[in-house]
This record gives sequence, C-alpha cells and structure tokens, in this order.
Amino acid sequence: MSDVVERTLSALPGLLGQHDPGAGPGGAGGPGRVSASSRLGSLIRSITALTSKHEEEKLIQQELTSLKATVSAPTTTLRLMKECMVRLIYCEMLGYESSFGYIHAIKLAQQGNLLEKRVGYLAVSLFLHENHELLLLLVNTVVKDLQSTNLVEVCMALTVVSQIFPREMIPAVLPLIEDKLQHSKEIIRRKAVQALYKFYLIAPNQVQHIHDKFRKALCDRDAGVMAASLHIYLQMIKENSSGYKDLTGSFVTILKQVVGGKLSADFNYHSVPAPWLQIQLLRILGLLGKDDPRTSELMYDVLDESLRRAEINHNITYAILFECVQTIYTIYPKSELLEKAAKCIGKFVLSPKINLKYLGLKALTYVIQQDPNLALQHQMTIIECLDHPDPIIKRETLELLYRITNGQNVIVIVQKMLDYLKESKDEYAIINLVGKIAELAEKYAPNNEWFIQTMNAVFSVGGDVVHSDIPNNFLRLLAEGFDDGEEDLQLRMYAVQSYLALLEEEDKLYPQKFLQVMSWVLGEYFSLVTDVDPEVILTKLHSLLKKTFVTSETKTWIMAAVTKIASHTSCSKTVDELVQELSSSLDTCLRQYAFELKHLCEDKALMKSLLPFDASCTDLVVDASLSFLDGFVAEGLAHGAAPYKPHHQRQEEKLSQEKALNFEPYGLSFASSVSSSGVTGRQSPTGLSFGSDTSGNSAETGHKETNTLKLEGVRKLWGKEGYLPKKETKTGKGKEPQAVPCGSLLAGQVGEPPALQPDPAASLSEEDKEKQQLASTLFVGLGSSAGVSLMGKPDTATQKFKRKSKINETQQLSEEASDLQNSAASDFGPLLDTVPINMEDSEGSMHTRLRKASPCSSDNVEDNLAFETPQSLRKSMLDDRLSANRLSQSSLFADSNIEIFQPSPSAQCESASETPLVPSLPEELEELPHSEVVGLCQSDALALHLCKVWTDDSLLLIVFVSNKTTSALCAVNLVFEETEHFQILESATSQFPVIEAQSVEHCQKGMRMNKVCTQAILSGSVGYQSEMETRLEFSVTLSLMDFIRPMEMTTEDFGKLWLSLSNDVKQNIKMSSCQDSFSAALDTLQQKLKLHRVDIIGNEGILACQLLPSVPCLLHCRTHSGMLALWFRSPCAALPDGLLYQCQRVMEES
Amino acid sequence: IHFILLFSRQGKLRLQKWYTTLPDKEKKKIIREIVQIILSRNQKTSSFVDWKDLKLVYKRYASLYFCCAIEDQDNELLTLEVVHRYVELLDRYFGNVCELDIIFNFEKAYFILDEFIIGGEVQETSKKIAVKAIEESDMLQETVEEYMNKPAF
Repeated sequence: MSDVVERTLSALPGLLGQHDPGAGPGGAGGPGRVSASSRLGSLIRSITALTSKHEEEKLIQQELTSLKATVSAPTTTLRLMKECMVRLIYCEMLGYESSFGYIHAIKLAQQGNLLEKRVGYLAVSLFLHENHELLLLLVNTVVKDLQSTNLVEVCMALTVVSQIFPREMIPAVLPLIEDKLQHSKEIIRRKAVQALYKFYLIAPNQVQHIHDKFRKALCDRDAGVMAASLHIYLQMIKENSSGYKDLTGSFVTILKQVVGGKLSADFNYHSVPAPWLQIQLLRILGLLGKDDPRTSELMYDVLDESLRRAEINHNITYAILFECVQTIYTIYPKSELLEKAAKCIGKFVLSPKINLKYLGLKALTYVIQQDPNLALQHQMTIIECLDHPDPIIKRETLELLYRITNGQNVIVIVQKMLDYLKESKDEYAIINLVGKIAELAEKYAPNNEWFIQTMNAVFSVGGDVVHSDIPNNFLRLLAEGFDDGEEDLQLRMYAVQSYLALLEEEDKLYPQKFLQVMSWVLGEYFSLVTDVDPEVILTKLHSLLKKTFVTSETKTWIMAAVTKIASHTSCSKTVDELVQELSSSLDTCLRQYAFELKHLCEDKALMKSLLPFDASCTDLVVDASLSFLDGFVAEGLAHGAAPYKPHHQRQEEKLSQEKALNFEPYGLSFASSVSSSGVTGRQSPTGLSFGSDTSGNSAETGHKETNTLKLEGVRKLWGKEGYLPKKETKTGKGKEPQAVPCGSLLAGQVGEPPALQPDPAASLSEEDKEKQQLASTLFVGLGSSAGVSLMGKPDTATQKFKRKSKINETQQLSEEASDLQNSAASDFGPLLDTVPINMEDSEGSMHTRLRKASPCSSDNVEDNLAFETPQSLRKSMLDDRLSANRLSQSSLFADSNIEIFQPSPSAQCESASETPLVPSLPEELEELPHSEVVGLCQSDALALHLCKVWTDDSLLLIVFVSNKTTSALCAVNLVFEETEHFQILESATSQFPVIEAQSVEHCQKGMRMNKVCTQAILSGSVGYQSEMETRLEFSVTLSLMDFIRPMEMTTEDFGKLWLSLSNDVKQNIKMSSCQDSFSAALDTLQQKLKLHRVDIIGNEGILACQLLPSVPCLLHCRTHSGMLALWFRSPCAALPDGLLYQCQRVMEES
Repeated sequence: IHFILLFSRQGKLRLQKWYTTLPDKEKKKIIREIVQIILSRNQKTSSFVDWKDLKLVYKRYASLYFCCAIEDQDNELLTLEVVHRYVELLDRYFGNVCELDIIFNFEKAYFILDEFIIGGEVQETSKKIAVKAIEESDMLQETVEEYMNKPAF
C-alpha cells in the first residue's frame, strides 16, 4: 500500500520536471543510457527544479522516509531494493544520513543476481568505511563470490576486497585470493594482485609469505598484471630499498620495453606508451638508485632514453619528464644526465603554461640543493613568479628561495615571506611558513635589530598557531647567548626595548605566545634597560593581567615576570596592589603566585637568593631523592607511621589479596609502574621535587627541559658554511651575480634564450631594473666561490646565532639525574660531587654523536652499506633470482614480440671458488648442532669462513680466518658492526696477533637477537697490517630461526603461561598433500623450527619454543578440513609474526 | 589519490569517492570547503591548489569540475591526466558524455571509476580493456534479460 502512495508521490515532481527542456538526456542512447522516466530520474529532476535548500531538505526527508518503509518491508523484491539503493546513494551524496539502508546494501550484495549484486557492492563500498562493524557481515558473501564460477562475480568480489575489507578477516579470504593469481583470465589475476596490494597496505605481515608470488606477478605475461604488481613493489621498496636491489635489472628492462613501444597499442595514452607504468617504474628506480652508484649505473641508459623519447608536447609527456628529472637527481649523479635534466627543467620553467611553470618550480626546488647554479639561470623567472597572482606559484617560489637563503640574501627573502604571510589566511600555510622564517632568522640574522623585529613579526602574525618550538628556541637563544658577551647584552637590551615599545600601545591584542615571550624577557632582562623605571614595567604587566583576552596560562608567565622584577626593587606600590587583587582571585594558580609573592616580599634576602639576576641558564641541582626529608620521615616512622610503599608494591599486594579472582595477568601494568617509579629513585612520594616554593626560575627550567627534548627533531639542513655549491660548474661564464653592474648580471644568463636578453644598457625599463635589483639581492652569494670572494666576503653564511653547547645540558642533567638516583640510593653524598664530571663526559659524547650524524658522514655510512648489501644478499638471493629469471624467460610478455632479458651478470658471478685451506670446527664444538662451513669473503691474502653453532643459550658464530699467503700476517683484527637487531656477547672485535703462513685461526662470538626480525644482516670487516692498512668487508645473514630453541614444559605449565601472555596472532595455512595427517604436520614444525611438542590431544596440538635468552612463544594448532589453524602467543609482540612467517615457509616447502 | 569529487558549477556534488577513512562530518566539511575554494578561482590560474597538507588538482569539463586530492610528492600533471583519462572512459562508455549522463547514471560512473582507480592508484591504463570490462558485465546483465525489459527503474 505504502508503495503505491510513494509511487504517486515521486511521480508528481517528475511530471512537473518534464517541462524543463534540459532535463532529459538527449541524443543517441549509448550502452548505458537509462530512460529518464525512472523514479531516480524524477527524484533528481525534481531536486534540480527546486530553488531553496529548505525545500530540498523537505523533499529528501520525504524520500528517505518512503525509502525506509520500502527497504524494511519484507515484500520488497530485490529488484526494487536495487533501485532503492541507487536512490539512497544519491541521498547520501547530497549529504543526508541514510544509515538504515546499510544493512540492506549488504543483503543485496549477498542475495541479488549479478546486476543487483553489483549495486549492492557499490553501495557497501560507498556507505561503509574500513572499521565499520557491519563490514564483517560482508565477508561471507565475498568468500562465496570468490569461489563462484561466474567470472563477473569473482571480479566484483575482488574489486570490493581491494577497496574495503576488515583487516582481521584477511586470513579468511587470503588463500582464495592467492589461488586467483593463477587464474587464466588476466583481469582476475590483475584484480587479485590489487587485492593483495590492499592487504599489504593494511596488514603487511599477513602477506609476508607470498613475496615470491609477487615476483611471479611481476613476470606475468599480461602487462596489466605486471603493472598492478608494481604498486606493491613501489610500496615495499619505499620501506626497504636494499632488499630489492636485485630486481633493478628487471625494472630497467621493463621500462626499456615500455619506452621502446613494445607494449600493445592498447596501453597508449595519447600515443605515449603506458605513461602510468613508466612513472611507476621511474619512481621505483629512483628509490633503488638512491646513494647507490652501482645500481644507478644500470639505469643511466634507460633514463637517457626516457628523456629523449618524451618529446611530444602534451601534458602526459611533461609528467613523465618531471618524474625523470626527479629520478635523475635522486640517484647517484651522472653529469651528462644532470645536464640534460637541467635543460628539461628549463623547458618547464620558461613555459607560458602556468601548470608547467609550477612543476618547473617544484623541480627546481627539488634539485636546487645539488645545483644552485640552476637558480641563477632562472632568476628572472623566479622573480616574476614571486609576484604571480596564483598563490600556489608564489608559495612554491618562496619554498625555493628558502632553500637558497644565505647570510647575504636573508633580509630580502624573509621580507618576501613575511609579505606572503600577511596575505595568507590558511592556518596550515601560516604554521609552515612561520617555522621557516624563524629558522632562517635564527641562522642568518645580520644584526640584532633585524632579528628581534623579524621574530616580533613572526609572533604577531603567526599568532597562537605557531609551533611551540619557535618561542622556546627563541627564548633559549636569548638566554644562552652566543660567543660574544657584549653582543648578547645588546640583543637582550634591544628585545626589552622593543617589547616595551610594543606594550606602549594600550589596546593592541597580541597572541598569547607573544605575550609569554615578552613577559619572560621583561622579567629576566628588565634591568638591562637603565632608563626605564621598573615600576613602569610593573604597571604595564599589571594592566595586562587585568585584560580578559589574556589566558590564565599567560597570566602565570606574567606573574613569574612580576616576581622576578619585584625581587630587584624595593617596595613597589604596584606589587602590593597586585598581591591584594590576586589574593582573592578565583584562579588558584594565580592566587598561589600572589601568596608566594607576598611572602617573598616580606623577606627580601630570601627572595634575592631565590631569584638571582640572569640565572636562567644556571642549572639547578635538584635533590630528587628528597634527602632533606629524611629526618622528617625518620621522625614519622618513630611515631608509628606506616612506611611508604611505592605504587607497584601496593598494587602487587592488592593483587595477591584478590588472587582467587585474578584470571588475567597484570604483567604489563606491572612493568610500567616499575619504570615510572624507577625515575623517582628512592621512591619518594612526590616525584621530582623542583623546589616547588621557588616560583620563577624553576618553572622555566621545567619548561626548558621539555623543550630541549624536542630540539632533537629539528632538522639541520644547513652546515656552518651555509649553502655552498658542491663543485665548480663547467659553464662558469661569470655566473656570479653582482650587486653593482647590471652587465655582469646578464652575462650570467648567457645560455638562455634571447627573449630574456635585452640590451643591458639601453632598453631596460624601470620595472626590469627593479627586478634586476631584486635578483641581485636574492641570488647573491649563490654562484661559484669565486663570485663570493669578489664580494669580499669569503664566508658566505655567517651563521650568527650559533647555539651553544649548553642546549643539551638540561636534558643531560635530567637523564643523568635519573641514572644517578638509581645508584645513589645507598650513598648519596660523594656521588653528588661527580655530577659535573659525568655531565661533561656525556656531553662530549653527545656532541661527537651529533657530529657523526652530520649529513656527509652519514652519507658515507650509507654508501658503505650500499656496497655491502649486494654482496651479502647475493648469496641468499641467488636461488630466488635464478628462479625469477627462469620464470621471466618463459613467461614475461611471452605473447608479444619482446626480447627477453638475460639474467643479470652479477647473479652468475657467484662461482664457488674453493680455497685450499678448508677450515674445520674444533672438536668440542663438532658435537653441537652446527651449520656447514661457508665462505664469507676472500682476498689475495685472506679468506674468511663462517660456521653457525646453535648452543642451548646462544648462537655461536665461528669465524675462521685463513692466511693464504706464504708469510705470516700480523695484527689481524676482526670487527662486527653494531646493529639494532643483534647483540654480540663479550666484545664485537677479535684480535689475532699473528696468523702463520697457510694456516687457519678462528674466533667465536656469542650472539643474541635484540629486536625480532625474520632475518637481518650482520656486517663486519677484517683488517690486517701489511704495507698498508688492508680491510676486507663481509656480512652474514642471521635468521630468526638461529635464535629459536625448543622450550620444555608440561601441559599444565603451558596452560598457565598461555593465559598470561597477551600478544597473539592467528592464521590458517594450507597443508600440502604429503602432510595430510596432523602429526606429520606437527613433525615438520618440530623438526624444522626446533619447537618442543608439549602435547597432542585429538586434532589439537601445543608446541613451545623460546627466543634466546628466554622469551617464550607458545603455539596452539588445530586442523580442520585441510587447513592448519595456528595460534601464537608470546610476551614479545613481534615474535609471533616472525614465527608465523617461518611456519608458512616450512609448510610450503615440505 | 586521497579522494575524488565531481561537482557542478553551481557547487552541486555529482560524485564522491574516498580512498581514506574519514568521519562523515569531516567529509561534508571538506566538500564544502573545497567546492568553495575551487569555484572561487578564476580561469587563468593553474589547476593546482594547496589545501592543508594536500594538493588539489582540478579540471573543468563543460559545467562539471573534477577534483582530486593528492600528496605533495605525487605528480600533479599525471593526476590531471588521470582525470582526463577518466573523462575519456566516460565518454567512450556513454558516447559523447555530458553532465546529465553522470547525474542520471551516477552508479555507472562509479563502476567505471572503480574499474580505473582502486585504492587511490590507477590500475588500468588501457582504455579498451576498462570499457570492455564494464560492457562485459553489462552484457551479462542483458543475457539475464534484466536490463532490457525492466521499466520499473
């Protein structure tokens, strides 16, 4: 009945709407044109005909009500339901909530025929989000459809899976989707890969075991499937580029074929072959070639070809060019390519098309650090862009300028940034830009006045959205000062003066953070300004306190300043007044301050000692153990008070009382409470006591401590020398811009098109001259070093405000303090004396550490690593690679006429060269389980072999060093590098004073795994003294299984332990035919993974193992219909994942 | 690609597809904001806009705006071509596509989009194959004879 009413209702506006001439879809009907007389059509038309939002709302509500009735009516047919869903989607799109229909969308996907199912799936993917609870109801439908024989159903299921799927249900569909990778239809294979990509994104460890299947997909004969697999590879390589270096050859070959037009013409887009594919590959190559000369070597040719081939004037070729340029500048540089890429950037920058210009700027910004001369070439364009009406171009230009800032152009650049800042309203842009200005100002400020003024602008424009680092850094800079004491005073004085001037304006509203900065500075340094009466300052602060826009946090800052000022003045009327007022304030914090101030004022001597002048940088020694309370405590105990129990102890006691009810372990909370109480050292009830009675200074120190911690994250892009070109340019035709002669400026543009080269003397219009002027100020100090010395300023970047080493001190102190407290419990007195010494030491080490982290040396380290990994991986990857190559030969593009790429030469060079000296294990180790002795590396003089011995409590690495020469080798030194994954027991080095000719020595190292990973590389080097220092590098792959040992226990123990463990992982894996019986499967696990079989009951089994030294991991398995359900539990979160991976591996192997 | 929006010159939303999970309220706010930003831009400016930490890439086809949100390191030009390719696909499917086709057959537009972009990544670069996939499933419907003789829709 209601249906009929609804029909008439919705038909009415439809009739009205038909008068609208544009409403019906005119023209010939394509395959998808639907008659507009449908109900959806009428709904849409009536909505278009409406004039007010209110009417629309009314109509939609009406529509929703009728829809609600229809969908929940049991008589509604699926066909009608489908039509309802489409209308619901439409309502949702207009922004109206229609959650009542969600469940019906799922039902429709489940029950409908193809057409209805498709709408159902679409509605689900539009309505629900990943964490929606209803999504679980979809899983069964998906599983059913995946098993369907109808291709379209399978397709739809795969599509929905790759868009939206609950993470915890992945195991339910994973095996089905894996099967689809072998499907005969390309589209199914491609969608399966897509679904796996989705899984990889949301749960990478669940698809760990199918990495070799990705390789197969990469070699698929259909280019679409291959392209889909590239998404996965891009993601994986982003996370770990070193693991996939061996695939570089394949990617290069694929790109070569694509660029060469060997793909079917279907993939052409505006006659460019598969541009999306190309760009994907270029990105992958960029990641692989980064800082790796050897890998980069492989790609130079194909990059060159890509640049050459992309010549048609179309957006898509520009997109490819842009990507090429980025890749070229990312990988290990090659001068020819760089030159070509630079030319390419020129094309972008000089293009009249605004989109291309923007990309050109973006590319310039990217490459400018490597090649600042490019900025010089395009300086005029950059200047034009600076005043471009389109904000995005302006912003990108500023970003570019930010990267070329130095001591000489900072004033102009910061001015430009401030101008932009004042126009900008977008909060995100403001935060970003303000941070940059502050950074530049700090680094390159030419003088005090400018610095303070700039920071004032930053604070007042940036307002309260600025990152809290900025005011904190600024204050620290003021407080700690620089090398020159006189300068410091000047700076502080100027700051005080400028703030006083700012506060002069009565009714101006300043951001809170700015007020805080002001009050701190005034409180700290007011006395530097001698011509102003402190009373005046106090009055100003007082009036601020009365303002309503000042937040209570800012008020406490102001109070702190007042207290500090008051300590240096004799009786002040303002202070008395203020104390009077605030003593009755509703804000408890302020009231407390007021009382403190009152009491301090009564005892000036105490006040002076508490608040010494300019002491913000002196470190307070805090007696964190509260030893001064010892007498009080002793007295209390003597009077029969209960001794203090720390938090965790109390909790434990409470637990033991409740034991009968406690089923779940409290392991975690116990651990955290231990660590938190560890900080307080002697378990004092109040924690760190920062002399809570001193107000001003201690509060600041507290602040600063948290600030210094954050400092570590601040990027230090710039070295001390500021921005200097790496090498002399070959085209150094006087590209150094000068402030004085216009001629030389233009000479700098020799290589550019004539359009930009007017006669320098005659035809320069006023405007041009202005621009030239701007250019000369902007790009000063950028060219070759010769230009710089011409300017008479050899040091380009006079880094004015160097942070003193003190920065880390406060943090150090706190670390130190907590360390000390732990050990100081017994005798506190003498240790206190050692504090300064310790501090200095650790400060020193901190600095060396910091220095080590400077970019150049870290590059070196990376280079080394990059050199090593291919070698070390070669062995382990050999098998994989061979199989991959074999595969590719047979199947890669087998149906098209593409030449097949050969296995890369490096794969074959692994020829086993036997040494005459074959080492053997010493007898006492021979009996223990051990691996074969394998060669690690060798040179003319030395050969290294390795054997792993699995003892009960560690992994022993036995390294044999054989001397192949005919003379003795002296001072052979073997060093393992520290890694985060492994811990080397005893020391990481071994010394052999002498190794006789033709003999073998060995050393052994006990290893433990610190951070769980399936496998990781331990590298090291061996060096010896000959005429020159000779080093030989090697690396060893250690897998998780090297550190897993069986763990013996009874079933009862297992049960108890099981309940107490919190991290669990479940997964179903397929059993292969040969392990059809459950016990056979368990045998495999037991033998290959060194698990201890605790018990088997029916079709369930429990196994246990431990990660050395003693991290348990328990496994419960169960079989049902050919699947083995594994359930791991362990206290260590990463361990179950690692073991699961191993299980999948061995089960697949066997 | 974080999301794709299609809206008319009057600011009416025609299609929305989200590849990141956001609460509904947030989505509505974002849509309002973006539609306003883009409609207020004049024709001569570039096709890119900074928006929060993302970038909007948009293009206008007749009366319809296509807008994608991408990350900073993504390729803007390429995204522009993604939009263009999508329009081409629509055009091929509908045959000389116009805004009305998309308004009245928005579910078809969604199907095509899903064939083309999945999870924010372009998945099929071959126009023929994408359209074929859609037509194939349409054909199957026809064999069910559902599609032809159903006047109720």
